[in-house]
Amino acid sequence: MIVENIALAFSSIRANKMRSLLTMLGIIIGIMSVIAIVIVGDAMTASVTENMSSLGAGNITVSIQEKGLDSAEINVIAGERISLSGGRTARTGNSPESSDLITDEMINSVAESFPGEVLGVSVSYSGGSAQVKSKDLYANISISGTNSGYATANNITMISGRYISERDVEARAMTAVVSDKLVGNMFPNGDDPIGEKVKVYKSNSIETYTIVGIYEYEQMGFGGMAADIDISTPFYIPVSTAKADVLEKNYTYFTVIAANNVDVNAMTDKLQNYFDNLYRNNKLWKASASNMSSMLDSISETLGTISLAIAFIASISLLVGGIGVMNIMLVSVTERTREIGTRKALGAKNFNIKIQFVIEAAIISLVGGIIGIILGIFIGIIITNVIDAPLVISSIVVLGIAMFSMAIGIFFGWYPASKAAKMDPIEALRYE
Amino acid sequence: MLELKNIVKKYFIGEPNELTVLRNINLKVLDGEFVSIVGASGSGKSTMMNILGALDRPTEGIYSLDGQSTGSMTDNQLSEIRNERIGFVFQTFNLIPRNTALANVELPMFYCGMGKKARRERAKELLALVGMEDRMDHMPNELSGGQKQRVAIARSLANNPSIVLADEPTGALDTKTGNMVMDLFLKINEEEKRTVILITHNEELALETQRMITLRDGEIISDKRISERGRVS
Repeated sequence: MIVENIALAFSSIRANKMRSLLTMLGIIIGIMSVIAIVIVGDAMTASVTENMSSLGAGNITVSIQEKGLDSAEINVIAGERISLSGGRTARTGNSPESSDLITDEMINSVAESFPGEVLGVSVSYSGGSAQVKSKDLYANISISGTNSGYATANNITMISGRYISERDVEARAMTAVVSDKLVGNMFPNGDDPIGEKVKVYKSNSIETYTIVGIYEYEQMGFGGMAADIDISTPFYIPVSTAKADVLEKNYTYFTVIAANNVDVNAMTDKLQNYFDNLYRNNKLWKASASNMSSMLDSISETLGTISLAIAFIASISLLVGGIGVMNIMLVSVTERTREIGTRKALGAKNFNIKIQFVIEAAIISLVGGIIGIILGIFIGIIITNVIDAPLVISSIVVLGIAMFSMAIGIFFGWYPASKAAKMDPIEALRYE
Repeated sequence: MLELKNIVKKYFIGEPNELTVLRNINLKVLDGEFVSIVGASGSGKSTMMNILGALDRPTEGIYSLDGQSTGSMTDNQLSEIRNERIGFVFQTFNLIPRNTALANVELPMFYCGMGKKARRERAKELLALVGMEDRMDHMPNELSGGQKQRVAIARSLANNPSIVLADEPTGALDTKTGNMVMDLFLKINEEEKRTVILITHNEELALETQRMITLRDGEIISDKRISERGRVS
């Protein structure tokens, strides 16, 4: 019986092609928008997750926060700081004093306090942007003072040579680890750059560094506008060297790398307790420990909320589409009054008439929904290509939305179908 | 066999006015009879047809079909009665548009839940009976009036009804096609031994049946056997 009703519904859609298409249009546009938004939202979440997990899942960041901010805000601040890769912490306009910051002693004490649980610590200090020059060759760089743990914490892949060592840091050595991109710019002849000296032109000084290692540069996120040759790549030097000219030797944040077998969340709590103790006498500032998973969660949550909000707005067009279906079904029921009367005279029960029209409404919406899904996926593919994000299409979501479009038809077709079912057969047969 | 006992039908149009369309109708139709109900417009024959067809309920009185009273039946039960016991033939054919002749004949069997294969088989037989077997895949709008009415007659026989109820079946047809349709009813009555009730305002047509019941102002004014059946042409 269902099968026959479905066939009947298709024949009535075919009989009024233009009208059916116009009726479906609302559903098509609504479903298309919802699908496109879901795909773009998922793509952005996947893209962020991909970028962030490459930074290391075992990393716990300890950063200076103003007391009195709630944890949600701290997460957002942490997220902001990571995504901007800067060292800014202040948010309310207050700046921490030097004595409020994290000292080398504190950092060293972490490794000693948690033996076996800490693989290393990573600190970094931005030395600003500069240029490496030699005759007519050049490469743009951003100087980054780091320690040996930084390579582990940030998943830096070495191609040759070694990373900055603790000894470099202690000795304030003029050593540098450069990107393969810089090597391509500066050593076009293919000479081995390890051990070579390069001149770094900063805004107010020129310094000479010895290259000790080369890492693989991975472009992250969007390429930006710079021509390939002008892309600025990190230029890693010992943190002590980077800070040689700076008065402030303390840090606003540093990263603890948990050992592989350690529960990162438990470790984060332990570090939080440890630093709460250290900062217990500080009235304004505290150190807050957080890890990637909590940051990831909050970012995905934020993105999810945004997607949901946009999808909600898009679903208003679905509501309009549903009302369109109801309208056309009411017209259809009136047009087919005699048919309904005949069917009733031939023995159709109210239920038979009702199901016939409900199925017709459901099929119109489902066909509209399927067209909308196809168009939405198409738009999603175009957008994810343009923003260079991975394409994720969840079959459950697609199936769910198809079911949802059918549910719209059933919901908005119910009233016209009930009207048809309740018709008096005598009056319906007499209808001109 | 069907029986009407003291049937009264009133319509209420506002409080003080009530319109009595049928007054105290008593009628018995035996199995295999070919009965005609005649009357001018406004005589109550449409209302009578609606009650006989279980489309409407009488205000007073009892209508029983095959010994079963319809008075206390629910709407769904009346639907079943129409589906299984009554075959309708309308003046305007009332075929379902966008359904082939075959699908139209299958419809009553669809509503009683018969399987697709059995339905198709039976529909083909019936279309052959009315001489429409070579046009069964045509849509109603591809058929002439006489052909449409033949399909409708085939449809009325689908579930082996006790009575075939024909409301002005030749009213929309020219004389020649009308005669052909009338012949078909005679054939159904004689060969299939089926009760046929013909409702018409045309007394000439009524003279071809076995028994003519005349209605006037909601009352039966005559009920006579027709001894010599023949077409007055």
